Amino acid sequence: MACISPDGKPTESGTKMLRALKSRLGSAEEIAKDAGLPLFRVRSGLRELTQAGLANQKGDKYEISDKGAELIG
Amino acid sequence: MEEVKQQVISLPRLGEPAPAFETATTHGVLKLEDFKGSWLVLFSHPADFTPVCTTEFIAFAEIYPELQKRGVELLGLSVDSTSSHIAWVRNVEEKTGVKIPFPIIADLNKEVSMAYGMIHPGQSKTETVRCVFIIDSNQIIRTVLYYPLTTGRNMDEILRIIDALQTTDEHKVATPANWRPGDMVVVPPPSTQEMAEERVKQKEYECIDWYLCKKKL
Repeated sequence: MACISPDGKPTESGTKMLRALKSRLGSAEEIAKDAGLPLFRVRSGLRELTQAGLANQKGDKYEISDKGAELIG
Repeated sequence: MEEVKQQVISLPRLGEPAPAFETATTHGVLKLEDFKGSWLVLFSHPADFTPVCTTEFIAFAEIYPELQKRGVELLGLSVDSTSSHIAWVRNVEEKTGVKIPFPIIADLNKEVSMAYGMIHPGQSKTETVRCVFIIDSNQIIRTVLYYPLTTGRNMDEILRIIDALQTTDEHKVATPANWRPGDMVVVPPPSTQEMAEERVKQKEYECIDWYLCKKKL
């Protein structure tokens, strides 16, 4: 997994995405801009974060989950 | 009588949608659709830790900033494992100082290689040849290049093709032989006799004859 390490902690790119999600409900394009990551990485990363319960999808936008917010402090 | 089986491998063709995939890469699991909205250069190499491939990866890394200026992402592929790819790119960085910034598909089950016709048994039954698929932002295949195992690719030509395709899309023109950005472009030929007569009178065009006119952009 690119965004979550085997120990369950977010990687550097995963943390960047979670921080971007913490500040707002955003689309993949908006999160890519805020996190300074390529759009393809963010689309793939958001799938991982959602599957791991660290982010929630609302239509075509994403927000951080309580579990995700707890992880990044 | 011995039965002779011939495997017919279909190759993706220009103007057709690029075959979808979901695959393990050095940047995690990626789908083709993750690249939607960007152009994509999908390229295959025969194997990690081989000399020509190493020179190519360094060269691809060197043109990556130029590709990004054009809205193009890079995605490599071979039938090696993710661990092998990781070890190789780390070795390239350690020995040459060049960081490989793009993902590489670990196509161990050859699903993507077969979908894109990257294995040419006449060259190698197990390795992918040097393919380049230029895929546009709508995920349509716009260019296919195949190079043999022994010949490293020309990065200038890949950039030139992308410039030509993007210029064609933006200005509805064609590009002549050896065209480079800034050179004159070819105006689509007239389709009626009346248009042909009008074409040669138009002063903004430089015409050899009615069917071959160029203009500056």
